[in-house]
Amino acid sequence: MSIPILRQGSYLIASIQSSPSDSEWREMGQQLAERVGKLRSRGVVVDVTVLDLIDSFAARTLREIAQTVKLRGAEPVIVGIQPDVAFSMVQLGLTLGDIETELDLEEGMAMLDAILRDGRTNV
Amino acid sequence: MSEETRILIRSEYDIVTARQQVRELCMTLHFSSGEQTLVATCVSELARNIVEYAGSGEIITGLTRNTDEEGIVIIAEDKGPGIPNIELAMKDGYSTSKGLGLGLPGSKRIMDEFAIVSKTGKGTTVTVKKWKKP
Repeated sequence: MSIPILRQGSYLIASIQSSPSDSEWREMGQQLAERVGKLRSRGVVVDVTVLDLIDSFAARTLREIAQTVKLRGAEPVIVGIQPDVAFSMVQLGLTLGDIETELDLEEGMAMLDAILRDGRTNV
Repeated sequence: MSEETRILIRSEYDIVTARQQVRELCMTLHFSSGEQTLVATCVSELARNIVEYAGSGEIITGLTRNTDEEGIVIIAEDKGPGIPNIELAMKDGYSTSKGLGLGLPGSKRIMDEFAIVSKTGKGTTVTVKKWKKP
């Protein structure tokens, strides 16, 4: 089963399901890169609320997906990292680099609105 | 080690199985959800290493106890190529694959005990333990 990608205005929302397989991760990255162009999306929210852990593979994949989205000209934001998951990532030494993160979908969309309205420097 | 469970690791799908198995074991010891996540993440890293470097291997999980503590023990075993330089492999950010190079040093950080034995051409065994905080 692939990861559902919804369109909401000029944004795309990818809701990660629990424990995606390597091929589902890859497919999601490709789908997002394609749809950003097809739908002329300005922002992409990757929602990881249901992930019960983020290991080094998942962290690397999320980083790659966000970088790809950015290279396609859209703003990526990752939302919904759970408290236990955040704690565990810090212990393990995992970071998402300079990728934007927000508490949840609502905050993620608000951040994209702000970036696209005011430009990155004012956020 | 009692109530030992062996999980065959041959593909990425087995990594998820190993993670779920170890979470259930953590629950029997009433580990906090935070501790469960740490242990499950460690298992994920060790199982990923098996798939990535050795192709196949086993994750063995079980309960352990010393004089006054109960805990969980996880053994990740493979008959892969082995690690030529363990010291280097334990360094943050060192990787011979596309990984982040945090699997082994990260696992050592998040567990209470960590031991690694590796012989070139023979395989690698990583043993980790997490004690139940009173």
